[in-house]
Amino acid sequence: MDLFEYQARDLFEKHGVPVLAGAVATTDAEAFTAASAIGGKVVVKAQVKVGGRGKAGGVKLAVDANDAKEKAGAILGMDIKGHTVYKVMIAQAAPIVDEYYMSILLDRSNRTFLVMASVAGGMDIEEVAHTAPEKLAKVPVTAVDGISLAKAKEIVAQAKFPADIADQVADVLVTLWETFQSEDATLVEINPLVKTEDGRIIALDGKVTLDDNADFRQPTHEALVDHDSANALEAAAKEKGLNYVKLDNGQVGIIGNGAGLVMSTLDVVAYAGEKFGGMRPANFLDIGGGASAQVMADGLSIILGDPDVKSVFVNVFGGITACDAVASGIVQALELLGTKATKPIVVRLDGNNVVEGRAILSAANHPLVEQAETMDGAASRAAELAAK
Amino acid sequence: MAIFINSESKVIVQGMTGSEGTKHTRRMLASGTKVVGGVTPGKGGQSVEIDGQQLPVFNTVAEAITATGANVSVVFVPPKFAKAAVIDAIDAKMPLVVVITEGIPVHDSAYFYAYSLQKGTTQIIGPNCPGLISPEQSNVGIIPADITKRGPIGLVSKSGTLTYQMMYELRDIGFSTAVGIGGDPVIGTTHIDCLKAFQDDPETTAIVMIGEIGGDAEERAAAFIAEYVTKPVVGYVAGFTAPEGKTMGHAGAIVSGSSGTAQAKKDALEAAGVKVGQTPSETARLMRAILGR
Repeated sequence: MDLFEYQARDLFEKHGVPVLAGAVATTDAEAFTAASAIGGKVVVKAQVKVGGRGKAGGVKLAVDANDAKEKAGAILGMDIKGHTVYKVMIAQAAPIVDEYYMSILLDRSNRTFLVMASVAGGMDIEEVAHTAPEKLAKVPVTAVDGISLAKAKEIVAQAKFPADIADQVADVLVTLWETFQSEDATLVEINPLVKTEDGRIIALDGKVTLDDNADFRQPTHEALVDHDSANALEAAAKEKGLNYVKLDNGQVGIIGNGAGLVMSTLDVVAYAGEKFGGMRPANFLDIGGGASAQVMADGLSIILGDPDVKSVFVNVFGGITACDAVASGIVQALELLGTKATKPIVVRLDGNNVVEGRAILSAANHPLVEQAETMDGAASRAAELAAK
Repeated sequence: MAIFINSESKVIVQGMTGSEGTKHTRRMLASGTKVVGGVTPGKGGQSVEIDGQQLPVFNTVAEAITATGANVSVVFVPPKFAKAAVIDAIDAKMPLVVVITEGIPVHDSAYFYAYSLQKGTTQIIGPNCPGLISPEQSNVGIIPADITKRGPIGLVSKSGTLTYQMMYELRDIGFSTAVGIGGDPVIGTTHIDCLKAFQDDPETTAIVMIGEIGGDAEERAAAFIAEYVTKPVVGYVAGFTAPEGKTMGHAGAIVSGSSGTAQAKKDALEAAGVKVGQTPSETARLMRAILGR
């Protein structure tokens, strides 16, 4: 889960990373209250999970609380690269003399954590890495070793931070590690890390990505979920514990078992759909190994509730799950759904007990259901039905 | 031959007393795997009866090794306890640890992977994987044993169900070993580790490699193939239609910005001389053409 800037700021503060005063507001009145509490000049910042908001007019300096109210009113509701602004952060303004960069992230390629630090801050770090790699220190850190103060000092020296601020920056790095580790983050980024006129080192803007797998031991993370921007179908699916992703510009609803097979099913449908006017998959839905009647019914009801869907492709390979159980699940799901099931459903079963599974579907003889022998054939038929 | 596991492998099940552990221990035994015991902290001294066979339960992996001579451990414990279980196995110098558990926090996986490197005596497969099978010899994990038979093809895949699908498509030819390496961002055994082992395995004559979006493991594997692998390799990559920034089921299956795309992986594999199928069936046909069957 990617966090908003204000949520990142709050987590930083919780773990001792130095930040400026800031508060989130969803209305101009709240912005006024927040700006009054902070006092003086403030910055009104659109809260969107996309870069380039400054250029889009989503960040404004306000001279006082009244001005903050006005600026917040203008920013709230803006569209920034397809993201609607539902919240602004009101942040204390600070005179900046220098900008740096610091992050800790999961480095998948090397299967370890990585610290990146640079005295060239405030810009796109990928740009720095590309154009001036010598200005970006990249230091691997293992989960076993972590970042002690001594290690932090080493990294700060390697990144060539000026001597007068090196100790302060090392302290920030230690607290940033504390944030990364104790919040189960896969990314914590400060960009820019700034030096103010009075010589303080402050995290001015931050990005945090949290690991959803750690939710069971991170009870406070549930409250960080962004419900405003969530897709309604995705939200409904999540409530039912389904692994569902809505896809744009698709007509063929997809249900399958196993993440890899479902991803593959989407591709095969898009490939087959080229022959039928560009039919495409409308969603990803992995019902997992069990595939009980209830899970199948939940999945089908989500997909049939998607107005974009014109046909459905159920693609199941019976590994541990037996195809007869899956077939019974489909039949029972259609009974549960009754008249709510309105779109043609192409089913491809293979693997464990496939003969029995296919026989169950044939015997049920549901008017919406047809069977296909192969994955490629089923994809083609589902695309054809969607194009009708 | 085969890779990583064979008919000599002696397997213990960490989490055998749990419902998933018991269920899959029964399946592994039924497919001929030498399961010699289980580990559940606090339940040492008990035993579990599976289809008439008494399997001893130990408190630690070290005790299990001493008593049984086990050289493979398969982990079915829930995410919350997985890190402790894997570390117990590493501390006991278990040579191969196969972690089936899905949903382990990546900080825990990164920890036990780093710990295994420091100790230098344990290879980890997974987590979030179906395990591996050397048909008619040993089956460690949850891969169905009855899809196919022993044969000349080596298979490595991030995905469980695509592993089953490909084994099914080529079931008449058979497999030396099929390895599900897992769909998490940090995994213990990579495509490259498996490609190297298959290249060095006399029983394997051709290799199927299945990848998916996220990370750059397939690109690295492509470079390795170009340099090291002389046996024919066919490939398949899932996730061409995946949108940027969305996790597609597997925790590691995500396109971030312009990196981790299926197209980039396919291009890299093809540049290394690997024939890449557009669908699993087409991939199977490419393999048939290579083997002339």
